[in-house]
Order: sequence, then C-alpha cells, then structure tokens
Amino acid sequence: MLTRDEVLKVAELGRLNLSEAEVEQFTQQLGKILGYVDVLNEVDVSNVEPMAHVADVSNVFRDDVARQSLPRGEALANAPKSDGKFFLVPQIIEGA
Amino acid sequence: MSTLMESTRELVQRLQSGETAVSLTQSCLNAITSRDAAIHAFVRPIADGALADAASVDGRRQAGETLSPIAGIPIALKDNICTQGVATTCSSRMLEDFIPPYDAHVVTRLREAGAIIIGKTNLDEFAMGSSTENSAIGPTRNPWNTAHAPGGSSGGSAAAVAAQFAPLALGSDTGGSIRQPASFCGVVGLKPTYGRVSRYGLVAYASSLDQIGPFARDVEGAALLFDVIAGHDERDSTSVNRPVPKCWDTVNQPLTGLRVGVAKEHFGAGLDTEVEAATRKAIEVYRSLGATIVDLSLPHSKYAIAVYYLIACSEASSNLARYDGVHYGHRAEKFSNMIDMYKASRAEGFGAEVKRRVMLGTYALSSGYYDAYYLKALKVRRLIRNDFDAAFEKVDVILSPTSPMPAFKVGEMSDDPLKMYLADIYTISANLAGLPGISVPAGMSSSGLPIGLQLLAAPFEEERLLRAARMFENATDWSRRSPELNH
Repeated sequence: MLTRDEVLKVAELGRLNLSEAEVEQFTQQLGKILGYVDVLNEVDVSNVEPMAHVADVSNVFRDDVARQSLPRGEALANAPKSDGKFFLVPQIIEGA
Repeated sequence: MSTLMESTRELVQRLQSGETAVSLTQSCLNAITSRDAAIHAFVRPIADGALADAASVDGRRQAGETLSPIAGIPIALKDNICTQGVATTCSSRMLEDFIPPYDAHVVTRLREAGAIIIGKTNLDEFAMGSSTENSAIGPTRNPWNTAHAPGGSSGGSAAAVAAQFAPLALGSDTGGSIRQPASFCGVVGLKPTYGRVSRYGLVAYASSLDQIGPFARDVEGAALLFDVIAGHDERDSTSVNRPVPKCWDTVNQPLTGLRVGVAKEHFGAGLDTEVEAATRKAIEVYRSLGATIVDLSLPHSKYAIAVYYLIACSEASSNLARYDGVHYGHRAEKFSNMIDMYKASRAEGFGAEVKRRVMLGTYALSSGYYDAYYLKALKVRRLIRNDFDAAFEKVDVILSPTSPMPAFKVGEMSDDPLKMYLADIYTISANLAGLPGISVPAGMSSSGLPIGLQLLAAPFEEERLLRAARMFENATDWSRRSPELNH
C-alpha cells in the first residue's frame, strides 16, 4: 500500500526526523488508513465543485492604515534563540 | 454536597443575590486541589489571577454596576486557547514554554463580561485525538469511572465540568472534539456554526473545520456562554458578520411544530445497543412533546470519516509547518544544519499522533496524490453538505447518537489509530458541512457511563438548536446526574 521509501520521502517533505521504529509503524498504519480512504473511489464526483470552505469565502479587505503591532520585545520573547533584536538561526549559506 | 450541583440559572441567581465570586471561585480551586490528581483535567489552574478577577467582579457588583449574567462564574479553558501571560501548551512538548503575548478573542470577551478564568485544561496534543490520551503530560480520566477515557480532544474541559471543578468550560471542535467528550462525561457540549465564533487566538489544527464552543452542566449554561463568545471579529476573516441571538433569554421557550429528522445512516453497524436504545427513547420523548418525527437519508455520510481525515490532516500539515524551532516553540539542541534543525526540533516536539497526521496530510497534498486524495475529498465534502441542505428543507434538527459507544477504557483504542478515527462517525459531518451541533446527556449504560444525544441544525440556527435541546433536557433528568465525587 505504502512503501518504506514513500514514508521516508513524505517525512522529508514534512520536515520530520523519524526513528527506525516510527518508519516501520507509519508505513503500516498510514498504509491501512490510505486503504480505508480508498472508499471515496466509489463516489462519482464528475461535475462536483470542490468545497474548500463551507462559508462563501471571499476576500476581506480593510484600509491599508498602520496600526499598533506587537512590540519587538514581546515578539521575540518566545524565541528559542534571539539577540534581543532578531531571531537567531544557524548558518544557512555553507562556506560563507 | 458540592456548590456546583445546581442549574446554571440557580448559580447566576446566587451570584446576583449575595454569594461572592471570590467564594465560588475559591470552592472551585479547592475542588481542583483536592480531587484533580485523580482526574487530571487541568494542565494548570490559575489560582491567583482567578481570585483577583473574582474580587474585581465582586467590587463592581457591590458598587451597583449591572453585570452580565456570566459575571463571577468560573470557567476552564482548553489549553489551545491563547491566554496573555499564561502558558498555552496545546498539551505538546513543542509549546511547553509558549507564553502568548495576547488573548484569544473569546478570552477577551469572557474577561469583558466578568467570567473568571480558573485554569487551562488538558487535550489531545494540538487537539488531534478522541480520548485525551495523546497528551504530552499524560491522559485525563473520566470522572464517572477513572479507568475510562473522557473522550477528546477537549477531554480536560469536559471532565472539569463533569467533576464540578468549574460550572463552564470552553473547548474546540474540529471533528467532534466538544460533542464526543461531552457525551462521554455526561455534560452538555455545543459546537457553533463555522464562522460564528472567532478563531483568533485558537491554535490552529484544521482551519476550515475548527470552531470554539461551550461545555456546561445544562443547556442553559451552554446558551449563556455561547451568547458571550459568539459574534463578528475582524481579526478572523472567516468570522461571520451577522446578529447573534440572545439565547440565554429564549432557551426556555419550547418550539412549536418542531420537526425532528432521523437518518437511517445514523443507526448502522458498530452502534452500541444501549446507545441505540437511549437514542430511540429520545425520539419518543420528542414525539411526546409534540414534535413530528421525519425519516431521512444522508446518503454520503458513510464517506465522512475518509473525507475528514484527508482534509483535516492536509490542513494540519500546512498549519503545523510553522513549528520550525525559530520563532517560538521547541528547538532541538543537536542538529547538523538548518533543515536538520527543523526536522530534529519537530521530531522531539511532536508526539506520535501529530506526526501521523502531518505525514498523512503531507502525503495527501504531495505532487501526484493531490487530485486523488485532497481534491477528491473536497468534492465529496460538497456532496455531504448538499445532503444536509436537502434535509434541512424538511426538518429543524437532526437527531442521532453523539458517539456510537459510551466511554472506552484508557488504552483500549490507542494501538489502532484507524479504529479510533472510525468512532467519530456521527460528529464529523457537522464540521465538514459547517453546521451547529449539540450533545446532551440522554442515558446511562448498564456499566454506569453516560450516553449522549446529538442534535444538528442548519447553519446559524443555534438559538433554535438550544431551545430544542432544552426541551429534551427539561423532559428528562439525565443532565441532573453527577458522578460520585471523592471529597
């Protein structure tokens, strides 16, 4: 139903490191769930518009005026690493 | 006898005629201190803040101010609803240190009305689950029998009301996460229409399905709390700008000419016989109250679980992409580069069910599978909604069991995610179609566990839904039962 390689690929896309045990478990469990959702193949959906949202969603506009936003200190307060001005991340460009 | 045995209206009257909010709040906090070790409804109580808020309400009342009927009533909040300055963890290691810099819209509304926030309650991590077992701080127990689960994902809020730690609580409902735990814990739970209550400050799981709603000991309590939290908020662009009825004022008015729909698909395989019997009895209660019973079919309801898990997980995989270990949330100590920092932080911060849903959603949205899974699910979602639109031309409410079974045991379902998913069969469609739904106590199993009755209504018909539910509650005594409390 679902191969080990597919699970590894999806984990990469979903940015998750998985343990060997998790890879095995998810291969089996996700395969079973995907097998179940195949029940949808029996429904004829030709000429049915997809419904992403129940409300008739349209763009909600407001005037482009400056408003008070979160002060920098509060915005940074929950950051795992910051220097008080910016969020700190590891080096991104290798060899720079 | 606990101070919270009375009806919501009696509680409101007690506060209006001399009992102080401080004494009521203190008695709730005492109950939490003495009994929550066995239930584990709370992630954290907020004792000092609650007593200060209660003293302020008492002061305003003594000064002669006219206060909202909810003023002075303690309320518990599911820990995925942001509270300024108070940790909001989603019962996840990812957010164990997260202290929101702002209040959710519903919290602002509650504070303005004078409700007393007494604590944050346990949930399945990020609201993903049906048992409150998927919590990084351990499971909540059902107050009726602590070997059993309280349901989920708002199990902490449901248990807090059932165990009389708080007369009111808020939860969130994405696929039944208010109604199913209400059913398991023998309390009332209301999921409002999608768009009725602002989601600003609710930590997102599946944004097209999530909705905040009340728990209470009776339908009046749900009406009282609904009135406070409903209404437009420009900070949630899906919040709907239309007038909100005053349900507290009308909830005791019975409906005349009520038409109750009963769908044959709601009585299929897997339905517990005692739950079925209680539901059929409820139909007779409505008949005796003068309602017309109308047989219905909702032909696409059998696809609801498949549609739900594809859509909810797809939205979750997108929403949870924000947890990258940079702006807030957990960051791993050890990693080899930037991408690995994301992957290691998420691997450590998320529990198994969250990972499973991120994986399923990522797969369903990935190149080559999008049409077959996600897009297909969106199309069947419309067919499910069309079934309800047709049904509500003929009936005012649709009656069904809330859950196919009474509360299962802690650990009983946790090895088989699909089996757990399948138990959401009766609640999920309301989220896919955006309908309001309520669960009210409607019986007890032979093993002494509550059974819940679900009523669904057309979008924005909460006022009539609450009145219809109140008719049943007044005609029976199920809402007045409480578990034995060990003092």
